[in-house]
Amino acid sequence: MLNFIVRKIAMLIPTLFGITIVSFGFIHLLPGDPVTLMAGDKGMTVQEHAAAMARLGLDRPLWQQYLGYLGQLAHGNLGTSLVTHRPVLNDFLTFFPATLELSICAMVLAVVIGMPLGVLAAVKRGTWFDQLSMSTALVGYSMPIFWWGLLLIVLFAGVLHWAPVSGRISLMYYFPQPTGFMLIDSLLSGEPGAFRSAVAHLALPSIVLATVPMAVIARQSRSAMLEVLGQDYVRTARAKGLAPGLVVGRHALRNALIPVVTVVGLQVGALMTGAILTETIFSWPGIGKWIVDAISSRDYPVVQSGLLVIATMVMLVNLVVDILYAVINPRIRHA
Amino acid sequence: MRNFRYVLAALLVAAAPAAQAKVLTVCLEGAPEIFNPELTNSGTTMTVLGQIYDGLVSVSRGGSTLEPALAESWSVSKDGLTYTFKLRHDVAWQSNAAFKPTRPFDADDVIFTFDRMTDPKNPYHDVSGGNYPTFNAKLKGNIAKITKVDDYTVAFTLKKPDAAFLGTMSHGSLGMTSKEYADAMAKAGTPEKFDQDPIGTGPFRFQAYQTDSMVRLIPFKGTWGAKIGDKNRTPEVDAVVMAISGDASVRLQRALAGECLISLYPNLSDKAQIDKAPNLEAVRTKVPSTGFLHFNVKKKELENVKVRRALAEAIDMKSLVKVVYNGMGHVTGAVVPPSLWGFAKDIGPYKYDPEDAKKLLAEAGYPKGFSTDLWAIPVSRPYMPNGKRAAEMIQADWAKIGVKANIKTYEWAEYIKRAQHHEADVAMFGGIYDFPDPSQILNNYLSCSADGTPAPSNIGSWCDPKFNKLLREAGAITDKAKRTDLYHQAQEEVHAQVPVVVLGGADTITAVNKSVHGFVPAVFGSSRFSGVTVQ
Repeated sequence: MLNFIVRKIAMLIPTLFGITIVSFGFIHLLPGDPVTLMAGDKGMTVQEHAAAMARLGLDRPLWQQYLGYLGQLAHGNLGTSLVTHRPVLNDFLTFFPATLELSICAMVLAVVIGMPLGVLAAVKRGTWFDQLSMSTALVGYSMPIFWWGLLLIVLFAGVLHWAPVSGRISLMYYFPQPTGFMLIDSLLSGEPGAFRSAVAHLALPSIVLATVPMAVIARQSRSAMLEVLGQDYVRTARAKGLAPGLVVGRHALRNALIPVVTVVGLQVGALMTGAILTETIFSWPGIGKWIVDAISSRDYPVVQSGLLVIATMVMLVNLVVDILYAVINPRIRHA
Repeated sequence: MRNFRYVLAALLVAAAPAAQAKVLTVCLEGAPEIFNPELTNSGTTMTVLGQIYDGLVSVSRGGSTLEPALAESWSVSKDGLTYTFKLRHDVAWQSNAAFKPTRPFDADDVIFTFDRMTDPKNPYHDVSGGNYPTFNAKLKGNIAKITKVDDYTVAFTLKKPDAAFLGTMSHGSLGMTSKEYADAMAKAGTPEKFDQDPIGTGPFRFQAYQTDSMVRLIPFKGTWGAKIGDKNRTPEVDAVVMAISGDASVRLQRALAGECLISLYPNLSDKAQIDKAPNLEAVRTKVPSTGFLHFNVKKKELENVKVRRALAEAIDMKSLVKVVYNGMGHVTGAVVPPSLWGFAKDIGPYKYDPEDAKKLLAEAGYPKGFSTDLWAIPVSRPYMPNGKRAAEMIQADWAKIGVKANIKTYEWAEYIKRAQHHEADVAMFGGIYDFPDPSQILNNYLSCSADGTPAPSNIGSWCDPKFNKLLREAGAITDKAKRTDLYHQAQEEVHAQVPVVVLGGADTITAVNKSVHGFVPAVFGSSRFSGVTVQ
């Protein structure tokens, strides 16, 4: 087992190295540069531009800049933003809890609603419920997130006043945020109404972010359940006179869960993509919005190191999953 | 009996209605990059820092005249080379957890502020990137020396006269910073904190910044504005909370829901919705900006003034301005906008006359027209809210005289870079005035240096000796009437030579809740939240 883990970790190193090349190349291949963007339409002379590029070290050949970047990383330094002059690691640690909080809520929502919906649709196959729920899932899957978010804002915040428009908590609250997770910090603050405000602010963005995974999970749950419900052992269980609830809950669902759980795992990656748009619409200060803003302003250190840190976290999650698979199934360990 | 009195008092306190904190919530379009104005020229950042810092000179609230700020008065030497500022006494610095000032603002602070930007040996010169965009672009090359005459007098000596010097000094980027605070942070080994935890003299002081989420400011009771009884510079609310909301539609929704009492820069097309909302008012501001259609005079067809004139006359400008600027634009032929002195009222737009345009093209040797690229700006700006729509309208107008325009656009960074490398045949560009002096856009977008090098944003490479001479003359004198006349002549030259077609500029709107009183949007620089009350 230890060998397996060491082997897996060793494989991370070349992958990480590859990611540094891709993220560095990606942002430097984009047209434009941070100095031109900072000057904007006011412009600057060729000499001023050259001096500013030199000051930022961007006048060196790309390979030299890349080696310098690797040297920084080797010292555990992710760099400093060209725009805000704050350390990239600090910003990542500030933004990450916001994204994590939103993603967890969205995923819980997607699973808690999507899975029972799919299971019920399978059990009631061919009925109006099946058709309605699967059509809704298809609509949810096809919905452009930006449009969907604005629609919910206009309806629930603008017209019905049931939810706030955006942000993480009412602007009237001010308290320290030691964890960065607003739900926890609002509870810790002891401010009356703060937790309720944090939950209310989380509602719409969670729904928007959960929509696509919810639809995918519902459809996957339905097809997995249908497959299992047709199996001989389910028929046997029914023939033995077991209650329908027991047949579905105890015998069918447990076996149908395996592909569903795999899909849920895959949706974690999709949540990151959705988070970029959701965070933009709801002014949610998370890493999706952070990276998009950095790309727009050609903030090279933020994009390079931000992507590297995100990729590292995804790889670490995959590593944990691999290890868990190996724990469950010893054949994987020896493959 | 004594205990009873205490209980009664406690009950009375508990029963009294809690004093409602007056919080002014403002929806901002972006996050501040940094908390030292010297290091940025971003308008968004200035909106935040304009509440914390003061300059020596400022622009009147919602107006365009210069007025004293940290400098009580100033004088200019006869040769126009030395500006002497008399500083205000008893101006208190703000404090924070790491710094308590021991002395008021004085000449040492002015010297330190500029020394940091000019002297590479200053220990702060390279801190936070060491890039001072406004100072570098507008002052650096022309300052000979800055002298402390006494504790409350500072003299700036220029290499050559610059009539726009005082206007430049009113720019928000040139806010005064505390030398004592800088020394304290350097001594503590945390110089970067100087640029992240701001200390100023303005009406509000910094309380917290939640990155990309909100900035919270609280009143600075000891501000000099309150001491001299200037209501416009006195904080009247308990806090200003600026929420960062990048999307204009979301900012409007937050205003409609009452989450933001002031929402900056909603879409112009949403004005009707604001007007209809019972809780909001659309406050209109005449932003001094000018949008252009630049002709690249180095291109074969466009070097001929008759062709440029023909293209100008073929555009139905009234329709374009009405559609593109959502009814909030103004049709003009003058480069200096109507909201600024130096505006040449008598220079109207080119007449819309496709027939005459065809004749001019024939005279220039292009009776059947020609083909050209037309660049549309990809972002919304006050001087051009919808580049694509404008380009389509121009394309349709030019097709009527046989000119085929191929619309092109690039992502903004690439657009600026390519345009400034003179790659476009015809391109939209433009700018917003930072301070109330008409020289700015004329210089930036249309002038050339003595050796014939176009200014960075003169993307059409138009170098006209007469125009440049007029600008140089106007820049060297301080007599406003004479300068107005010279800028008028310069605008006439532009109108005659047609290096650009002035597309106009739009007013901006701010969605302001009706419970807010005393808010006057700035025409130049950042709007002040001092003097604003919430009902």
